[in-house]
Amino acid sequence: MPCSICDALMKIQEKVKKLYFRTQKTNKLFVYLDHAATTSVDLRVQEVMLSFLDQTYGNPSSLYQKGMEAKHALDQAREQIAKILHAKEQEIIFTSGGTESDNLAILGFARANKEKGKHLITTKLEHHAVLEAMMQLEKNEGFEVTFLEPNKQGLITAKQVKEAVRSDTILVSVMYANNEVGTIFPIAEIGNLLQKYRQEHQQSFPVFHTDACQATGYLDLDCEKLHVDLLTINGSKMYGPKGVGVLFVKQGIKLQPLMFGGGQERSLRPGTENVSGIVGLAKALEIAQKERQTESTRQLVLRDFLIERILSTIPKTRLNGHTTERLPNNVNISFEGIEGEALLLYLDHEGIAVSTGSACTSQSLEPSHVLTALGLPHEQAHSSIRFTLGRSTTQKDLEFVLSVLPQVVKKLRSLSPLA
Amino acid sequence: MNTSTHSIGDVTSCDHSQSWVYTDVVKDHFFHPRNFVQDEEEVNIFEGHGQYGSPACGDEMHVWIKVDPDSKRITDFKWRTFGCASAIAATSIASEIVLENGGMTIEEAKHLKPQTIIERLGGLPNRKIHCSVLCDKALLKAIEDYENR
Repeated sequence: MPCSICDALMKIQEKVKKLYFRTQKTNKLFVYLDHAATTSVDLRVQEVMLSFLDQTYGNPSSLYQKGMEAKHALDQAREQIAKILHAKEQEIIFTSGGTESDNLAILGFARANKEKGKHLITTKLEHHAVLEAMMQLEKNEGFEVTFLEPNKQGLITAKQVKEAVRSDTILVSVMYANNEVGTIFPIAEIGNLLQKYRQEHQQSFPVFHTDACQATGYLDLDCEKLHVDLLTINGSKMYGPKGVGVLFVKQGIKLQPLMFGGGQERSLRPGTENVSGIVGLAKALEIAQKERQTESTRQLVLRDFLIERILSTIPKTRLNGHTTERLPNNVNISFEGIEGEALLLYLDHEGIAVSTGSACTSQSLEPSHVLTALGLPHEQAHSSIRFTLGRSTTQKDLEFVLSVLPQVVKKLRSLSPLA
Repeated sequence: MNTSTHSIGDVTSCDHSQSWVYTDVVKDHFFHPRNFVQDEEEVNIFEGHGQYGSPACGDEMHVWIKVDPDSKRITDFKWRTFGCASAIAATSIASEIVLENGGMTIEEAKHLKPQTIIERLGGLPNRKIHCSVLCDKALLKAIEDYENR
């Protein structure tokens, strides 16, 4: 007994040491405003993960004690997640992250059901993991894809989706909330309309997939209320580990696997399970959903404070996206006359981490497909900066940003022929 | 292209001491740009103005030059750039290259190559080269403008 107390004390001591060194290394104020890109791993999540790295390291497929312990943890995580999603345990498939879940949902479903129809519907605002999978099907596998156009605020209506449905439409994929401008899509309404359509036509198509990666910390994930058949979740956007994700697959939905191997995850995703990651993801999801209402309320106030102050104190700025139908943590603003990467790097120099829709930071050298789909001229897309708030963001952080931003913008505009 | 551009990866510097995509020289010119237009009035009397690129593509450069009528040397070079860090740094260092040692002659300046600019910057990430080193073209236009006046 005293030994376990010693162990616990040593662990705490080590953690304090680590934290101390972390703050020692960076005595400069650092403000992280890129939570839509990724988040840190919550300490409570780290805690539950640790024992699966050095103690319960068994393969869940092994029959001996260590394997069974890992299997038990896996089952528990699955149960925990199923409960939150209002789903059955066998409807939860663990993957390597958001991209794989999106790919498995879209490629897997289209390939398994290609005899039933060759038409797919999605939006122009999706993450590349959805868009590229759709384009793959269109380019090489004989499918036809409708890419719905948003309005200038980045909204897609349920009516738009319904009007695009054809007799040969087998799959609709619409994201829950957009990663760049934070627009929230009416998923429950779309799901409801599609369900009615299926009932009226007495058929099982089209099925409905949503990428909920950006929504986990802020929106309701009840799959029954949302009327979704497939739903993507990612660990690394909700203070969980990277490299682990979930695909909810409603009972009766047939998918063709992308990988072949040992039969894990109902053979839909073979490979030894990432037990520590999965346990961490379950914990992260539990915390995210438990805290989502208080965090949404808190971050919404901060978001609107930041938007209002930037627009009112810095001339020639505009908010991209919708003013209200927007995630509580998303601020996306164009600074006329400045190229986004330059502004990003000046802010980084001051200890502020943000992202941009400018081409300069992308490999393709094309500006953000989301901002151009909203009808923004290319130069405005190049001038955009995304600030995404998170659990650790405080009023003080934003005040620091607001103390730095005007002079940085002024400096870069003084170099620019456009300002 | 030359070895210096290849030795620099897209995520770390050549000596792996920094996580920046840019070299220290690029950083220095980006954070402390030289010879940019601070006062619009001052370039009004310059003899040549050139513009290259477009904001829709993400980069636009303006160059103004002052030329000594006897020696045909460029005695002043001012610029403004809308663009990313490498575009700003490239224009800034180009202004130094043109003005050093009493200034390039018009003929010398006509032959200023992007490679020279990139080498002086200690290299640029490969994907940045064709889009952000446009100042030599803006300079050519300024020389053209000077010669046509």
